[in-house]
Amino acid sequence: MTSLAAGARVATADPGAHLVAKARWRWPEFLLWLFAIALIWLAPSRYLLFNEIAILALLALSIDLVLGFSGIVTLGQGAFYGLGAYTAGLMAKHGIGTFPWSDPLLGLLGAGLVAGFVGFLSSFLVLRGSDLTRLMVTLGVALIVQELGNKLDWITGGADGLQGVMPAPLLGLFDFDIFGRTAYLYSLSVLFVLFLLARALVNSPSGLSLRAIKGNVIRARAIGIPVERRLVVIYTIGAAYAGIAGALLAQTTQFVSLDVLSFEKSADALLIVVFGGVGTLYGALVGSIAFKAMYDVLASATPEYWSFWLGLALVLLVLFARGGIIGLLTALRDRLDRARSARA
Amino acid sequence: MAAVLETKALHKNFGGLTATNNVTFALPAGARHALIGPNGAGKTTFVNLLSGVLTPTSGTVYLDGTDVTRWPAHRRADAGLARTFQINQLFADFTPLETIVLAISQAKGLATRFLRPVGTDAGVVSAAADLLQRLTLADVMHARVGSLPYGKQRLLEIAIAIASEPKVLLLDEPAAGVPESEREQILDVVAALPGEMALVLIEHDMDLVFRFAKSLTVLVNGGVLVEGSPGEIVNDPRVRQVYLGELHVEGFSQPHAGGALG
Amino acid sequence: MLTILFDGIAYGLLLFILAVGLSITLGLMNFINLAHGAFAMAGGYITVIMVHRFGISFFWSLPAAFIITAVLGAFLERTLYVQLYDKSHLDQVLFSLGLIFMSVAAVDYFMGANQQIVNLPPSLDGRLQFFGASIGYYRLFVIILCSLLTIGLQLVLTKTRFGSRLRASVDDQRVARGLGIDVSRIFALTFAMGSGLAGLGGALGAPFFNIDPTFPLKFMIYFLIVIAVGGTTTITGPFFSALLLGVADVAGKYYVPAIGGFIIYTIMVAVLIFRPQGLFGRVTGR
Repeated sequence: MTSLAAGARVATADPGAHLVAKARWRWPEFLLWLFAIALIWLAPSRYLLFNEIAILALLALSIDLVLGFSGIVTLGQGAFYGLGAYTAGLMAKHGIGTFPWSDPLLGLLGAGLVAGFVGFLSSFLVLRGSDLTRLMVTLGVALIVQELGNKLDWITGGADGLQGVMPAPLLGLFDFDIFGRTAYLYSLSVLFVLFLLARALVNSPSGLSLRAIKGNVIRARAIGIPVERRLVVIYTIGAAYAGIAGALLAQTTQFVSLDVLSFEKSADALLIVVFGGVGTLYGALVGSIAFKAMYDVLASATPEYWSFWLGLALVLLVLFARGGIIGLLTALRDRLDRARSARA
Repeated sequence: MAAVLETKALHKNFGGLTATNNVTFALPAGARHALIGPNGAGKTTFVNLLSGVLTPTSGTVYLDGTDVTRWPAHRRADAGLARTFQINQLFADFTPLETIVLAISQAKGLATRFLRPVGTDAGVVSAAADLLQRLTLADVMHARVGSLPYGKQRLLEIAIAIASEPKVLLLDEPAAGVPESEREQILDVVAALPGEMALVLIEHDMDLVFRFAKSLTVLVNGGVLVEGSPGEIVNDPRVRQVYLGELHVEGFSQPHAGGALG
Repeated sequence: MLTILFDGIAYGLLLFILAVGLSITLGLMNFINLAHGAFAMAGGYITVIMVHRFGISFFWSLPAAFIITAVLGAFLERTLYVQLYDKSHLDQVLFSLGLIFMSVAAVDYFMGANQQIVNLPPSLDGRLQFFGASIGYYRLFVIILCSLLTIGLQLVLTKTRFGSRLRASVDDQRVARGLGIDVSRIFALTFAMGSGLAGLGGALGAPFFNIDPTFPLKFMIYFLIVIAVGGTTTITGPFFSALLLGVADVAGKYYVPAIGGFIIYTIMVAVLIFRPQGLFGRVTGR
């Protein structure tokens, strides 16, 4: 967070360094991750909640990749989440004790591959048509997958859910304990690794071309960017991320219910990204924390009317705080920066 | 001389409207060619057909001898056909440096790199900085494109097109909307473009046309009325008739000395 | 089977009346208003209140529903929606989603979460036999009324000055403004009309649907399907796609109940894959 003057000094000196500096880690990022790790000692009774938040954050991250950086409005991410959950769940359930089927990390790999593959196949659907068409197609696919999940209850366990999901100890060493400690550490680590990859992608030339597509697709094409190809790739990656999030859920809760496939899940995750700040990556993380916290507070106070406050927050957000939480924080930081350089 | 860009009987209908009428056109390498015509003549439609934004109803487009009629816009861009748009098409939230770095990266096939951050490729960055320097955009290279004054944005529009060192550059009214004080910069930039690059300039402004063009095509109602050198066009009675009342008559009766007419 | 067809047509026509306002709004203002279903719900509840609380005849609730929701629509358009016309589609989706949540929760609070049963007015209770098909009087009434409304709508669009101004504005807003057409007023009137029709549809449908607060969410999908498949450049597109959807849904639920909503979604996705602009839409710039 260099001040404007310092930024100018760097600029005339070395334009390359200026660009690279944009991708540098900043202290709030370190703080957030350290805090997440510190929670292990700070709040040992709430591992299960933190685990939920980490998984939700990963799902929201998958949406931010697709929406925030490529501009694809999708309501269908739940389908990939669910596919990943059932893949990992089935691997763990039917492969009890037999390596490699019940190994959790391989379960993640399997889930990512299956979800990514289906994402790849369905990516062609989101390339055509207007925003509304894309919205409807992603929603339609999600609803079809939901119905399939219901009908194929001999695979999915139907309304009763997939039970008896018993993943092997992580790395052969760590059992999934009932307090959720292993679960949280596991989910957090996976989230961290995938986050690092996403962060690198976004700051790379690839990420730049995605942002170009989102910003002005006509100009992107005119400089030679193969728009469709890039969108297929990012949509597939987003699907894989969502699938891995689902796998984490299956493995850490040892259960998969049909509502992993629900439209509500997709909508919740979309809202989280929006509240956190679209296109910031951290919006997904911060948004999930805020969302869960808001839910806990408001839902216990007025359970039936939680959706009213959510709706109101959404309306106010669109009208006044479009950048979400990260947007508000960034505006605050800019104002402080300006005040500081004015006084200097 | 083999044409670097060519069309054969290129035709485009929109429902009942013929926007491009059977146009056969050949552009040699290093050309300094202008496309003129009254409002609604179909100049921008033609350019859109050349660059791949529109697909023709019939006819063919050749780039360096290859039939690119079915090629999408990005493929033609990769093959060396660049363009500017009449209304700036820029990335408002990027900086000029990021914009040119992206254009150069894409041209060099480096835009799929996904691990190291933008800016670590020194060659690309210095080429981008040089280009921005040449186009007098160096002092704003880290500013947000959306916040730049219109003249600077127009310069960036040209910069992004030439960043890939294209064989053919289509300039759609490059000085349009630019305040008087900033026009010279644009004109200087156009004048300084490499000799090997074939240029097609779409223009209303006869000043510009006579300054740069060695050959002209006059488009009327989507079809070619006449082609020739500026001297020939100026004296063509059909052209005068088409333009009667549309333009400065001076622009025709007194062509600029020292310009492309030489 | 004729009965199924008949029921499907009734359902389809009703869906059309419900969704046509959304189609015109989307085509005209390029605004994705997911909250459209809330107006339909309002119409349904107005009927419930008038019939159950005040004992007024069902027939009076129909124009009442239309007028009240039209006024509500005009009010919301001028105060809230107008601020969002320039925003992205995502913003509009989020905004209208927020409105649905709020209205669903508000209705739940004031009216309770139970399904509201509205009995058919006695004059329309009963069935008639027609060439082997058993047709309910009420369904016949719905078909006749909706057909009349559709014809009326088409006449307004094609034969009146308002209609031609509306069509000009849909085609090209800038040019229409340039011609002196008061596009803002057209927006407000059209939005009011669309909301009013939705309200009327909700009132008409109240005896079928058993209105409850989740109505807007449940039916949002149907409206969106009608529009995505029918396109937004005409009203004949949504008309036929609504009929298609109505018949397919009723037939599907009767003949293959196991598959249920599956068929509808698959048809929709299939159509949108091959013709992203819908069955009847033109490929527009957006």
